[in-house]
Amino acid sequence: MSRVVRIAAGLVVAAAAVALVLVLPYWLSDARAAEFARAGCFFIAILGLNLLTGYTGQISLGHGALMAVGAYTTAILTANHGFRDLWTIPLAGLVAMGAGFLLGLPARRLSGLYLALATFAFAVAMPALLKRFSGLTGGSQGINLFDKALSRSTGALGPVHVLGRTVATNDFLYYLTWGIGLVLAAAAWVLVRGRVGRAFRAVRDSEVAAASSGINTGFYKMLAFGISGFYAGVGGSLFVLVSNWFVSPTTFAFDKSLLLVVGAVVGGLGSLAGVALGALFIEFVPSWAGNVSNAPGAPSVFFGAAIVLVMILLPSGLGGVLRKLTEPLTTRLYTR
Amino acid sequence: MPLLELRGVTARYGPLQALRGIDLSVGEGEIVAVLGANGAGKTTTLRAISATVKTSGEVVFAGERLSGRPEAVARAGIGHVPEGRGTFAQLSVEENLRLGAHVRRDRAGVRADYDRALERFPILAERRRQAAGTLSGGEQQQLALARALMQRPRLLLLDEPSLGLAPRVVVDFFRVVAELNEQEGLSVLVVEQNASLALASSSRAYVLEVGRIAVTGTSAELQRHESVRRSYLGY
Amino acid sequence: MVVAADWAGVAQQVVAGLSSGGTYATLAVALVLIYRATGVVNFAQGELAMFSTFVAWTLTQHGFSYWPAFALTVAASFGGGIVLERVVIRPVERASVLTVAIVTIGLFFVVNGAAFWIWSPQVKSMPNAFSTRPIRIAGVAFSISDLGIIGVSLLAVLLLWFFFRFTKLGLAMRAAALNPESSRLTGIRVSWMIALGWGLATALGAVAGLMAAPPLGSFDQNFMQPILLYAFAGAVLGGIDSALGAVVGSLALGVFLNLLGTYVSWVGTDLRQAAALAVILGVLLVRPAGLFGEALVRRV
Repeated sequence: MSRVVRIAAGLVVAAAAVALVLVLPYWLSDARAAEFARAGCFFIAILGLNLLTGYTGQISLGHGALMAVGAYTTAILTANHGFRDLWTIPLAGLVAMGAGFLLGLPARRLSGLYLALATFAFAVAMPALLKRFSGLTGGSQGINLFDKALSRSTGALGPVHVLGRTVATNDFLYYLTWGIGLVLAAAAWVLVRGRVGRAFRAVRDSEVAAASSGINTGFYKMLAFGISGFYAGVGGSLFVLVSNWFVSPTTFAFDKSLLLVVGAVVGGLGSLAGVALGALFIEFVPSWAGNVSNAPGAPSVFFGAAIVLVMILLPSGLGGVLRKLTEPLTTRLYTR
Repeated sequence: MPLLELRGVTARYGPLQALRGIDLSVGEGEIVAVLGANGAGKTTTLRAISATVKTSGEVVFAGERLSGRPEAVARAGIGHVPEGRGTFAQLSVEENLRLGAHVRRDRAGVRADYDRALERFPILAERRRQAAGTLSGGEQQQLALARALMQRPRLLLLDEPSLGLAPRVVVDFFRVVAELNEQEGLSVLVVEQNASLALASSSRAYVLEVGRIAVTGTSAELQRHESVRRSYLGY
Repeated sequence: MVVAADWAGVAQQVVAGLSSGGTYATLAVALVLIYRATGVVNFAQGELAMFSTFVAWTLTQHGFSYWPAFALTVAASFGGGIVLERVVIRPVERASVLTVAIVTIGLFFVVNGAAFWIWSPQVKSMPNAFSTRPIRIAGVAFSISDLGIIGVSLLAVLLLWFFFRFTKLGLAMRAAALNPESSRLTGIRVSWMIALGWGLATALGAVAGLMAAPPLGSFDQNFMQPILLYAFAGAVLGGIDSALGAVVGSLALGVFLNLLGTYVSWVGTDLRQAAALAVILGVLLVRPAGLFGEALVRRV
């Protein structure tokens, strides 16, 4: 009985989420839609990070750098090689997936603090690497997609014609990011419930026990890094397309990696609703903080205070609250 | 008035109810045993006394209700030797002993007790500069007891002292406890799975089953008790 | 003759490297202290040190000379660290390590922002701790400042070591970090031990900041960030769960980076940081426990 109820509840929630995404732009101003579009990019990247940290228990302070890999892939292919911008999105994901696998190589032997430091080093080194290979990446100048005659769907200055309808530019970008986001969220949901997801959770809960049960922990760790890399790459690629149409080595400096981890934990690991809340948190709270006071350093203070407050009041994150509300339904199973 | 009294004590781990209203007492100078199978709630009983688990009900020691903080329990005069010894493996034997006296202020008394501990447990004297983790199981058990004694407690809580130890070592251990009880009037509450040994070393006992007291009486009575014999003594 | 001049130069650079390494070491020990007590790396350690340094700077602007300002600031930082732990960390004591890590990240933003808010972004400069005259030892000119910084850093670390090894409170703190459950049973107030650890770490951070600031000439609110990076690298090199390792690793790193910067001409500040990162990565790949750390043996 309860299983049917749970599945039905899940479907209702999923339908509600899709409906919300479809309908939201009607209430949003143009500028807000652009902000939500950016939040959508973070949503996708944090989805991936959640798979890695929440489900596989591997910490990464380097996902901003993986976003950069995706961003640069899109930028280079679109600006320098005339690819249609939308087709570069999956390609960016794949390239970042490869980078993720590479990052996952040392991860097999490291854990906890050491893994955090290794990924931290990766994140801090990325801007320097990008500057060094200036032939490919445009060095410190970055790559500007605006002033090139490009075959593109995004970055249009007027309304966009899609599927026979006319949509405002920023609304289109919003639908692009959140649409892809929902699809990828569904994919993550399926993954988590399958064999791979169970292996991930086994690695998270006890590597030793997992290994003794015949699970190739090294493989699954690398897989988690690779998959989350794909998500980060897509997120980075979309980020370039929906904001500024410009990428430079400092676009994804270490602060982005930090922001992603903050978003993942503040949102609440292990819950899809939490991922969305986390993405919205890191997109909107810094700008709200800036609105409160523009004095140098003030926005930082408010943003940091918001992070600390959320963690103190809701240690399992924003999404954790939702889970706590539904918990009483399931604990009946355990009492004697 | 008994030294220690538990009245209607309950305890839970999340949704799991481990103790369902326990009434228990330890008189001054008594050795009392708590028996029961795995999961009956024996360790939880001791944890309820030293306030390392959330409880409701009353725990009264020397006439005063104990507050819910473990540090205060130690200060009140209760020494707890936890399951698995709980020694500080990376610290030396000497440092472990010094830590036992943390709640005491009388430096001279601590010094005297330290020397006595080394006398009573010569193996500790021999290994006093070694890291506690390098001692054998039996030696660590002695260290754990010595550390609790450094506190000069009025009541000693022992959690499954026989766990993982050779029978000979366990017998020696209980002999030392009996001596302490006779010579210095130390009251003891011992939780044990080894029922026959526990009953032989104590004057009274309780049998816990699924978080409740099933049987209680003097140890002699329980040794003859039909169902106790069948379930816990094996004959 | 060329060889003799070379050795003098190398000696000077080694001492200069030890001096920078000394400041990294002090901050590294602060990191190790909190890591060992709570299992968490305090991301905000560098910013707290920076804040302390700015407080000291303010004192020097109001008539205090360097050393009185130093003493007051270190004492205040000790108290501040305790208050910080009670207010911000204690509420999440029982939460996961990741949650606490995020709180320290939040703290990073707050402290960094607060420093910009309170003191303008204009660069400041700190009066010298030591005389800037050189001193000749065995015919080689060394900077008194370098030697002084090495001395103060080592003294701070030694005092701490003495405290942990030989005092009752120090022993209690060590016990609380190693085995909180058993510690509670012996009557140790574990929660307060952690607060004390934060107090000591923040005080150490203040020492690091106050040693690092004067030689820089001019500094702004971001000046501790590279030092935090180097402190991490040093701690990883020496073994993050070993204070001795953190000190040795940081000193070695300081010397290495200085020699690299002096004798390899294409290494600028950018690449010094990259070199530190390379050290971190290299050590993690080859021997994650560092030179002195214990290889983690997991109990099944």
